[in-house]
Amino acid sequence: MSASNNQSLGDAIRDGLTEVAKRDPSVLFFAEGVQDPAALFGTLRDLDKHLEPSRLIEMPIAENGLIGIAIGAAMAGKRPVISLQRVEFALLAMEQILNNAAKIHYVSNGLHKVPIVIRMVVGRGWGQGPEHSQSLEAIFSHVPGLKVIMPAFAADAKGMMIAAVEDNNPVICLEHRWTHYASGEVPEGYYREPLDGPKRVRSGDNLTVVATSYMTLEAIRAADVLADLGHSIDVFDLRVLRPLNVDPIAASVARTGGLLTVDTGFAKFGIGAEIAAEITTRCFGELKAAPVRLGLPDHPTPSSRGLVRGFYPDAARIARSCAEMLGLPEETIAKAEARILEERQGLPIDVPDPFFKGPF
Amino acid sequence: MAQTTGLENNPDIVDFTAMLRIRLVEEAIAERYAEQEMRCPVHLSVGQEASAVGVCAPLTDQDRMYSTHRCHAHYLAKGGGMKEMLAEIYGKAEGCIGGRGGSMHLAAPEVGLMSSVPIVASAIPLAAGTALSDKLDGNGRVTVSFLGDACVEEGVFHETANFARLHDLPVIFVCENNLYSVYTRLDARQPNRPLTALAEAHGVPSEQVDGNDVALVRAATARAVDRARGGGGPTFLLLDTYRWREHCGPNYDNHIGYRTEAEFEEWRTLDPLERTWASLRNLGLADDDWRAEVTKELEREIDDAFDFAKSAPLPDPASAAVSVYAE
Repeated sequence: MSASNNQSLGDAIRDGLTEVAKRDPSVLFFAEGVQDPAALFGTLRDLDKHLEPSRLIEMPIAENGLIGIAIGAAMAGKRPVISLQRVEFALLAMEQILNNAAKIHYVSNGLHKVPIVIRMVVGRGWGQGPEHSQSLEAIFSHVPGLKVIMPAFAADAKGMMIAAVEDNNPVICLEHRWTHYASGEVPEGYYREPLDGPKRVRSGDNLTVVATSYMTLEAIRAADVLADLGHSIDVFDLRVLRPLNVDPIAASVARTGGLLTVDTGFAKFGIGAEIAAEITTRCFGELKAAPVRLGLPDHPTPSSRGLVRGFYPDAARIARSCAEMLGLPEETIAKAEARILEERQGLPIDVPDPFFKGPF
Repeated sequence: MAQTTGLENNPDIVDFTAMLRIRLVEEAIAERYAEQEMRCPVHLSVGQEASAVGVCAPLTDQDRMYSTHRCHAHYLAKGGGMKEMLAEIYGKAEGCIGGRGGSMHLAAPEVGLMSSVPIVASAIPLAAGTALSDKLDGNGRVTVSFLGDACVEEGVFHETANFARLHDLPVIFVCENNLYSVYTRLDARQPNRPLTALAEAHGVPSEQVDGNDVALVRAATARAVDRARGGGGPTFLLLDTYRWREHCGPNYDNHIGYRTEAEFEEWRTLDPLERTWASLRNLGLADDDWRAEVTKELEREIDDAFDFAKSAPLPDPASAAVSVYAE
């Protein structure tokens, strides 16, 4: 392994995009504000220093049309990367994403390929509310022909972004805004992280936890506190939602006998629901308890920090759920919760916890 | 091919023959549809042959095209194989896309027919995207986007026209106005203003042409192709035409109440095929014997293509899960 830097996930994404675009002249960038001063949370910063201006394409405010245009360019051999400021803007383009991006390879009997990446930001926090913070990965994961990824760690994000751009399929990349701040050691230069499935981020024997994106960071924190109290948890960062590889999770559950899932999106009809169904089918005889799903409740995200209290699963709730599944006494559970809350030092609930800046 | 008076390369002769070929195969599909062996919806192009043939005439195999649910004529005019088309409609493994799309999804990228997309207006941005790629590559290719009159009601048409003009993409929007979206007349869907005004509002030059006159369509398309190849950007061509048979299926439907027999008869006097034929005959370029011989040859090709399609095997069901993802 070559040298590495400690950097944020957002910067790692930018470096991954820069590396892959420098190597492959067919990579094009589409965004609303592709060269604006904010540079899409910094993730597109300085691309103009490395690339021909014609490869940085300003998107008029026309998501369906421009994603369709990106698909048409991909069919002619380009590798477009579309960056959307929020997941919600992709909803304007569902026709192109579901009918064309997802199906053209299949319907053309393999004659065409659609190598595009569509990045979407989940904008949790600071009162962003019902239409600026949704985590709609389940919608995209429902559709054969799409790949769906949610990197949670900086090194993964860079390598997975490079792999996504080089993939010959449409790849939806959901980036939770709070993961952009999380830092870690990231290898320098070009490297690929295969889009091949979940990664174990904590090892344990008592319970299996599967989380997506930012919820992986919350799950790790819960697992670390429980480990200190003598209960080890196997924690997986799901990373690749489609195609879904449940093999490592099934192997883990066969050992631990329990499954808890933590979604960044809605619990119902969510990613955790799919994993729970798969695991229940495959590991029915090994399960010691029914799988438990954590995720968002059945209502839209309100803006007020008063209303959003309790809306998101957090490390304390994950720790409590794990402990209850393990049958730990209330005294132990309360101790774990108290420790997590104490470390948060009374921060408001609508900003990321400094813990989640890592390094991981 | 039958002998003409040494005018095999005369564009009117070539285009008449191409239109006759499309007319005959579409009529043959209509005739055989009741056998219930073509088990997918079919949207026939009878009456609209001049737009397909006239638009394709100035294009090369390197130029690209995207079509709609009504894609048979476009596919054949662009050079797609008839056997592969019929096999596709019959749901056979030898179909142009292996039976995965049927009649509404015909494709022949090897001759430039990139894709046909049945969702109204869905292929328009794909055409502009392909044109963007070709422009970046500087390869001189032009992409045609066939669309219907209802497509300009979709936002994505406007989103694409805006971008195509902004970047002067080598794309030609060809709007076949056949007056109806399924059973609904244009005047129930759009105010009384020229459809070309919509393109002009985006700064896209436009031209309205009698879409049942193949020579006029050919000439207008050639002007648009010149503009696109010369870096002048997109053109919107409005071709007035008329669908003879029902929106979807093999029959005539003038009796069910959404349009009149009289209107159909009026358009039938503007039959693109017979108008070109009358002109060829008046100019002494071809005679009835020639037409009879050409018809016989085309019918033989069509019979062979049907035989091929009907006798081809159905695809292996196990292959239905192949090519969900590319390697």
